Amino acid sequence: MALIHKATVMDEKAIRQALRRIAHEIIEHNKGIDNVVLVGVRKRGVPLAERLQVLLKEIESIDIPIGILDITLYRDDLSQRQDQPMVHTTDVPFDINGRQVVMVDDVLYTGRTTRAAMDALIDLGRPASIQLAVLIDRGHRELPVRADYVGKNVPTSRSEEVEVKVREIDGQDQVDILGPGGE
Amino acid sequence: MQTLRRKDILGLEEMSAEEITLILDTARSMREILQRKIKKVPTLRGRSVLNLFYEPSTRTKASFELAQKYMSADSVSVAGSSSSLVKGETLKDTVRNVEVMGVECVIMRHPVSGSSHYLARSIEASVINAGDGMHEHPTQGLLDMFTIWEKKGHLEELKVAIVGDIRHSRVARSNIWGLTKMGAEVVVAGPPTLMPLDMEGLGVKAYHRVEEAVEGADVVMALRLQKERQESGLFPSLREYADLYGLTPQRIAGAREDALIMHPGPMNRGVEISSELADGSRSVILKQVTGGVAVRMALLYLLLGGAKEE
Repeated sequence: MALIHKATVMDEKAIRQALRRIAHEIIEHNKGIDNVVLVGVRKRGVPLAERLQVLLKEIESIDIPIGILDITLYRDDLSQRQDQPMVHTTDVPFDINGRQVVMVDDVLYTGRTTRAAMDALIDLGRPASIQLAVLIDRGHRELPVRADYVGKNVPTSRSEEVEVKVREIDGQDQVDILGPGGE
Repeated sequence: MQTLRRKDILGLEEMSAEEITLILDTARSMREILQRKIKKVPTLRGRSVLNLFYEPSTRTKASFELAQKYMSADSVSVAGSSSSLVKGETLKDTVRNVEVMGVECVIMRHPVSGSSHYLARSIEASVINAGDGMHEHPTQGLLDMFTIWEKKGHLEELKVAIVGDIRHSRVARSNIWGLTKMGAEVVVAGPPTLMPLDMEGLGVKAYHRVEEAVEGADVVMALRLQKERQESGLFPSLREYADLYGLTPQRIAGAREDALIMHPGPMNRGVEISSELADGSRSVILKQVTGGVAVRMALLYLLLGGAKEE
């Protein structure tokens, strides 16, 4: 079934403001960012993490390390999917032991990606804590997962899709809700 | 292309450039896992693999077994000499019995050319050819290409010189198929008695003097000289072979300064390659071995990682 555009829930300005607020919350929650590292979850979590890194540097004048996590090998649906996902490289070029790791993703939905990302991260070491920052929380959790930092809560139905576009990948910053067409 | 739509990996002759690219891309992602303290991902939990080696092997067997463990697959390994084959059981019966125990992939090395094709037709499980006679050794060809690609950044337009017993070498054959598909220029050199007749048909230029073949080469690959070939009279003595065809810094002086030196192992030091070259700064012989694990992890993922075809 083709999905049609139903609503735009965030524009460029709203995304910018949300990320700025999240940056402040990360600083407040961790009482500074000396021990904080960022890890972007492929694919759209990566540019969002990069933007948070820039914002945190503006505010605190500290360059914090940033890594990239590919969760493909940790998915729980591999043996059920006909379309096998491509494996991309995980690149976390620093020691995460004892660090406050903030994982960054675009959308929090069932929580399964977050579960896979936590497993992937723990295979790399033992962080002091893992925190989760997402641009959109759309509800419908299937696992006991919650986000520490949320850009916007967007109530959705399961038949809808949340489409996050970021300029680094998609050429523009926008979050849309898509839904089934017709009556 | 992001999915390998095939049941088996039997040779590079039948594989497309797109498929090879997918395998190399996936192997690059897998290589990161080898650098971790905890070298294990849960991807192939509950999948079972049989390693069936009817010929001796250290590198290939260890590499496949480690790749299976790093991917969390369960595996059993059977050596030909200790199998029921010696009691007269046919290959097909052996493997069918293991298949009904739940094995989904069989890795096989066998002295008969074409044996893995035969096996692949006989069973439902995936088959990966780990070397069949004088035919192909596709995972070696892939790991050689992976090593070159990682070092040079590309394969197109590179000149690769393969030196030694081309005629009996499944490694040479797989490399020739793979590299020419990926746009590299392949030349070979070796004694006339160890050169196949159909070289030009493979799109490969053949030389009898190593110095000519390696002129301007980006990669120089030595092949293992199988000593038993001497007994069949194909070359007079190891010493004469080493004098005329053994790779030394002087003999390959015409290759590019940054040429990679490769050898699939096991090496006869001082015969087909001098220790000075094998242990020198241009040698990537041990990188080939590491790359082999990553390539085999990639193949296991691509064959076994997804849903079963209906």
